[in-house]
Amino acid sequence: MNWQGWAEIALTLSLAVAVGWPLGVFMSRVWNGERTFLDPIMRPVEALFYTACGIDPKKSQSWHAYALALLAFNLVGFVITYAVLRLQGVLPMNPQGFPGLSGHLSFNTAISFVTNTNWQSYAGETTMSTFSQMIVLTVQNFVSAATGATVAAALARAFVANRGEGVGNFWADLTRTTLYVLLPLSFVVAVLLVALGVPQALSAGVTAHTLEGADQKISLYAVASQEAIKMLGINGGGIFNANSAHPFENPTPLTNLITAVSINTLGWAAFFAFGRMVLAKKDVRALVMAAFVLLFAGAAGVYATETQPAPAQVAARVDTTVNMEGKEVRFGAPATAAWVAATTGASNGSVNGMHSSLMPLGGGIAMFLMQLGEILPGGIGSGIAVMVVMALLSVFVAGLMVGRTPEYLGKKIEAREIQFSILAVVIIPLSMLGFSAIAAVLPEALKGLMHSGPHGLSEILYAYVSGTANNGSAFAGLTANAPWWDVTLGVAMACGRFLPIVAVLAIAGALVAKPKLAPTAGAMPTDGGLFVGLLIGVILILGGLQFFPAMALGPIVEHFQVLGAVQALR
Amino acid sequence: MLSHSKTPIWRPALVSMGLFTALLGAAYPLAVTGVANAAFPAQAGGSLVRDDAGKVVGSALIGQAFAKPEYFHGRPSAAGNGYDAGASSGSNMGPLNDKLIEREKTEAASLRAENRDAAIPADAVTTSASGLDPDISPANARFQAPRVAQARGVPEKAVLATIEQHVDQPLLGFIGQPRVNVLMLNRALDARFPPNSHNKGG
Repeated sequence: MNWQGWAEIALTLSLAVAVGWPLGVFMSRVWNGERTFLDPIMRPVEALFYTACGIDPKKSQSWHAYALALLAFNLVGFVITYAVLRLQGVLPMNPQGFPGLSGHLSFNTAISFVTNTNWQSYAGETTMSTFSQMIVLTVQNFVSAATGATVAAALARAFVANRGEGVGNFWADLTRTTLYVLLPLSFVVAVLLVALGVPQALSAGVTAHTLEGADQKISLYAVASQEAIKMLGINGGGIFNANSAHPFENPTPLTNLITAVSINTLGWAAFFAFGRMVLAKKDVRALVMAAFVLLFAGAAGVYATETQPAPAQVAARVDTTVNMEGKEVRFGAPATAAWVAATTGASNGSVNGMHSSLMPLGGGIAMFLMQLGEILPGGIGSGIAVMVVMALLSVFVAGLMVGRTPEYLGKKIEAREIQFSILAVVIIPLSMLGFSAIAAVLPEALKGLMHSGPHGLSEILYAYVSGTANNGSAFAGLTANAPWWDVTLGVAMACGRFLPIVAVLAIAGALVAKPKLAPTAGAMPTDGGLFVGLLIGVILILGGLQFFPAMALGPIVEHFQVLGAVQALR
Repeated sequence: MLSHSKTPIWRPALVSMGLFTALLGAAYPLAVTGVANAAFPAQAGGSLVRDDAGKVVGSALIGQAFAKPEYFHGRPSAAGNGYDAGASSGSNMGPLNDKLIEREKTEAASLRAENRDAAIPADAVTTSASGLDPDISPANARFQAPRVAQARGVPEKAVLATIEQHVDQPLLGFIGQPRVNVLMLNRALDARFPPNSHNKGG
């Protein structure tokens, strides 16, 4: 570890917050339907959407109607994506002649991209045609991100309202987030990435005649355009199997910084947008603070583990200052550590180094950040939404201690909100641990593992943690393209996505009807250090404690095995 | 409570998905492609490197397999059978994987046979995340310098000087790691010490 490494990690993580702040102000204007500088270009397009869809964007929907619209839109996305992947072989723009995907792989991939997870049971460059990448996968990268954002917009309106009814219009939130935030920003970042070396080509690739006289087939795609939204939309599904470790997706330290910042920045922006809409900037600053502390601790932890001696390097008697297996030379330990935290703290799931080859506790930290529920800062909007749920549970716990009805951001928090809050967070461990427990004893599932012992358990646990949290990164030794894994991970992704979303919208529906209270001296302050501490405690207990037994059998025991092995090999 | 029974759902779901597909799935990538190819054709086309005859010898961003002694070698690769640019992949082996430990020991043993004096850098025995890492660490390049110099029949100092010219330093001193692009370094060597002057017996 050195100062350069710490500086790189600090810059990467804090730049995302710094950029997210102005973007959040802009995002709140978009959600509020206010004028923006993009109006001259985007207003006509937006109007076209509403006319063609036959909807009135000003008509506020009940939480039921909002949730039903959201689910219907996502169901349509799922069906179209599934159909295109199945029929890939007969569709155009398929220069490599790839066949259609199997039923289970199409099912898994369609859910994966619709839920903003972007788990990939397949290797992109040997499976997906240009048509599939562009027409369904890139589109879902955008609209799944916008779907998450709508939840935060609805929740914010519920806190603002004084005995209100509607939580906003789903179609307007979806369309405006896509047209005013995601599309223009992606365009700018995509062009920037091309300038820095990321390819953008519609041909299948070229064959190079190497210096030693061999032929090297180089796969090309429209990489930059998908790369930009893959990061900004907190999606994470790469064009190539190696994802952001691939030199075409991420060629230099500068592209690495830009894309790593892009992972988190719109997640933070949604925090700030929520704060501006609810007129609770200080309270949201406390939420950002709590999330940032945990995120930075995660990155620092991975930097520390990846600079411990790796057993294979000890055995080979080579330099042991950095565990270089599964890392790129241009990134090294610090850029990889910052990325591990950024990608698992947000629900991104892209990787610039292979998580399976991280030191045991490094991989454990990646899992842990996902187990916290994807709130550091999580997906665009879905992150702040679940973070608010954590805050509700925190004020509820505090309320129990002092015997007062808890309040948060001017709304009384009562039984219904807490019931739905628990519902939103209980599905996460249920799916993660439940599926893992079954897979760990099922021969059909175990066939897919690359490792036995603790690392094998980690492969299982990581898969369901990542799927349920809608992250999408993997311990990629696991061969997941088999019926058991494709189907169960698909179910885990759908549960982890839509149950919390519906629960949060139900909370919004309950809150919107309540009167907005003026702050009183008796209410617990939710903008100070005490609350930050309480919130971090609730997050760690909810996210951490219930996973401890499983983690002890995976990464933690493997850590002690590594210590033993290093000592024996020395 | 607002009514939701009268609100249409399927029409906006289908129509908006159609419009989004046209805008985001077709217009957006095509617009980026148009701008990219107009403004940055070399990068957009994959940063291809050509020889004097104009034939593509590789991409500056993609590592390729080198085994001959007169060339610097890239890192071990888990992409296909090694540096398969159509099948990027890391080894995904966990830190205690027996095959990983054996592989690194074997790699180190063969490296030690060619240069007993220097410490072996970690990147010389480990596979990269992509299997296509175009770079090696400067220490790895210096480690290989005696072999390359001997195989080309040129002084080691000349080879070391060529390496130093090809070291990419971290941005602002702390963003990224120092590195050497293997393909570019080997091309520079071929240009400076043309292959026909190689001392093959070395």
